[in-house]
Amino acid sequence: MKGTGLSTYEFLRSNTYRATMLAHTKSFLLKRMDKPARAGGRQAARSGGFAHAFVLLACCLVSSVAGAQDWVKTGTSLGVAQVRLAVADFKPATNDPANAALLKTFNDTLWNDLDVSGVVELVSKSFYPLQVPGQPPEVNFLAWNAPPPNAAMLAFGNLGVAGGRLTVQGWLFDVKNIQSPQILGKQYSDAASDAAARVMAHKFADEIIFRLGGGIQGIAETQIYFVSDRSGHKEIWAMDYDGSNQHQITHLGSIALSPRISPDGSRLAFSALTKTGWEIMMYSLDLNRAVGFPHFGGTNLSPAWSADGTKMAFSSSRSGESEIYVGDASGGNSRRLTTDKGPDVSPVWNRKTNGQIGFVSGRTGLPQIYTMEADGTNQQRMTDQGYAVSPNWSPNGQFLTFAWVRKYGPGDPGALDLYLMDIASKQWVQLTHDGGKNDFPSWSPDGRHIVFQSNRSGSLQIWSMLADGTKLQQLTFTGRNTQPNWSWK
Amino acid sequence: MKQSSMKWVVLIFALSALLMLGACKKKAAPPPPPPPPPPPAPTASISVAPATIQAGQSGTLTWQTSNATDVSIDGVGAVQPNGSQSVSPTDSTTYHLTAKGAGGTQEATARLTVTQPPPPPPPPTPTVTDEDLFSQNIKDVYFDYDKSDIRGDQQSSVQADSQFLAQHTNINITIEGHCDERGSTDYNLALGDQRASAVKSALVAAGVNASRIKTISYGKEKPFCSESNEACWQQNRRGHFVYQK
Repeated sequence: MKGTGLSTYEFLRSNTYRATMLAHTKSFLLKRMDKPARAGGRQAARSGGFAHAFVLLACCLVSSVAGAQDWVKTGTSLGVAQVRLAVADFKPATNDPANAALLKTFNDTLWNDLDVSGVVELVSKSFYPLQVPGQPPEVNFLAWNAPPPNAAMLAFGNLGVAGGRLTVQGWLFDVKNIQSPQILGKQYSDAASDAAARVMAHKFADEIIFRLGGGIQGIAETQIYFVSDRSGHKEIWAMDYDGSNQHQITHLGSIALSPRISPDGSRLAFSALTKTGWEIMMYSLDLNRAVGFPHFGGTNLSPAWSADGTKMAFSSSRSGESEIYVGDASGGNSRRLTTDKGPDVSPVWNRKTNGQIGFVSGRTGLPQIYTMEADGTNQQRMTDQGYAVSPNWSPNGQFLTFAWVRKYGPGDPGALDLYLMDIASKQWVQLTHDGGKNDFPSWSPDGRHIVFQSNRSGSLQIWSMLADGTKLQQLTFTGRNTQPNWSWK
Repeated sequence: MKQSSMKWVVLIFALSALLMLGACKKKAAPPPPPPPPPPPAPTASISVAPATIQAGQSGTLTWQTSNATDVSIDGVGAVQPNGSQSVSPTDSTTYHLTAKGAGGTQEATARLTVTQPPPPPPPPTPTVTDEDLFSQNIKDVYFDYDKSDIRGDQQSSVQADSQFLAQHTNINITIEGHCDERGSTDYNLALGDQRASAVKSALVAAGVNASRIKTISYGKEKPFCSESNEACWQQNRRGHFVYQK
């Protein structure tokens, strides 16, 4: 575990389920990710390593209930080391005065991408030799592969602006393999801008993560859609996955909620307060304007795309109580799936099978998480107590994350925290412990990160973390920001 | 000698007597000094333009006097011998100017006729009254946590509301469903929807025509009270009646 970012304090507060999960997941992940790295190639990649990690996780969840053990400490005791990656600051390749600012953007972005990936252990820059390479011939292997850096891998390169064009060259070297060190060599070129430097860093980071992470598709170029009131009204906003490039999408001047990006990233569905009440609205990111979607009357909320992008689930009270409906992605042919008493809201599709829908129902009182087949049959209650809302299905189809006040009641004011539940066994593990109200988890497309809203900093903001609860990162700081939705790719 | 002495005595006596008599006779008046010319009589005039105004407008009084030391206008007070002043009486007024001077007193009057403006079209008093009555009589309906059924202590509010609406059949309403801050956004919107519907159903059951009632849920988006305590949360868990214009 190496203890990066996660304090002892947090471990002490952790319950045994989570601790066990962390231990097993980590050790497994580490084994998986070492293989392709050592092999120096991608032949071992693409083996669905992370899905397997979660299978193991599910098993350990079960076992942890049976034989919960006291948590001691993760990390070296597991006997498996994470890949030690040194990332040398890229060097200027030209004398252009624009280099300095772009280098800072590039180096900061690359470092952060690799850090939050959870795939590698970044070697602290304080251990680096004074002379860092900008080109392959400049690499002094002994200065990197022995202590103090003791790195297994080294990422380095150069960046230069010439004639208004920005060019970045980057390499990934296995510094313990002096004979044939190069794992990756990349060159990017575009019109010089801060945004271009950021994109190049994201692309290079994703290449490294793909090779060192057992074929994991990087998420550095993904987007997060969310609700922000910083314009004075709740509108839909978008940002890069690391919180940069925040920009406003809708300008309705009323209340817009629950943004849901389509699987292909071209359309954004959300619910908004209109003259006729709460309706589902559709925004084309290709056309940069709202496109038609039928108004149903009543209160229509929280649209959810099927994995193939052809269907839309949402809740509607058009017939009285709030029920789950499924229709075409254009809003036509909608059909009611639930009929019980009590509100049914917040549908979410199984992204893997496209055949099930998770949702929230208040049919027994306080809201609980349920699943059903996409035709409304086989409705199953997943949570057994408390107040459970905001389900989100993991990309591998095996897990639901949701927000849960597990023990709810007078004198027992539990916190609203995020949980991960294995659907087959209904075993769960708590992901957030740090206070505040945590809600609206949304999975990253690689199934390894979760973005959510939390007021732990004192105001409602968007945070991201690894799916095991580590690598917490606050992404928004202005206004109140809620209901994040991670793009599908 | 004696005789001549007598004559002198008589003569002196006579002269004395004559002198005495002459002293007693009224002296003739000395020629009078020329009398001062009599002071001229003051003159005064006053006019007002225009002679007719509407209430709220103003007219201008203009007056001239001469040979006057003390000039006043009733209702205005002491004024300069010559001058003008703007006046805006609410009723027709006769301005009475008095100019006093050494040569006498002169008076003048001017009349300003004030006509009442046509009365403004009567405000739509029935509507205003309805809205006032609405806000005075309608009672919001409050709910328990995570509940949308109308609890016992709120039945009287529903009853009062339905009676009021039965008596004022021209009034249409929107019922807003609100929730406290504790629940999650989407679920609270659905819950608010159910609360608004529950109030509507109760009113319809009490005889109010359903077509007069719209419902909308605000969930926890527009709270009445923003503190985190039960008193505040109770304020926010309600079906709120809004007068429909």
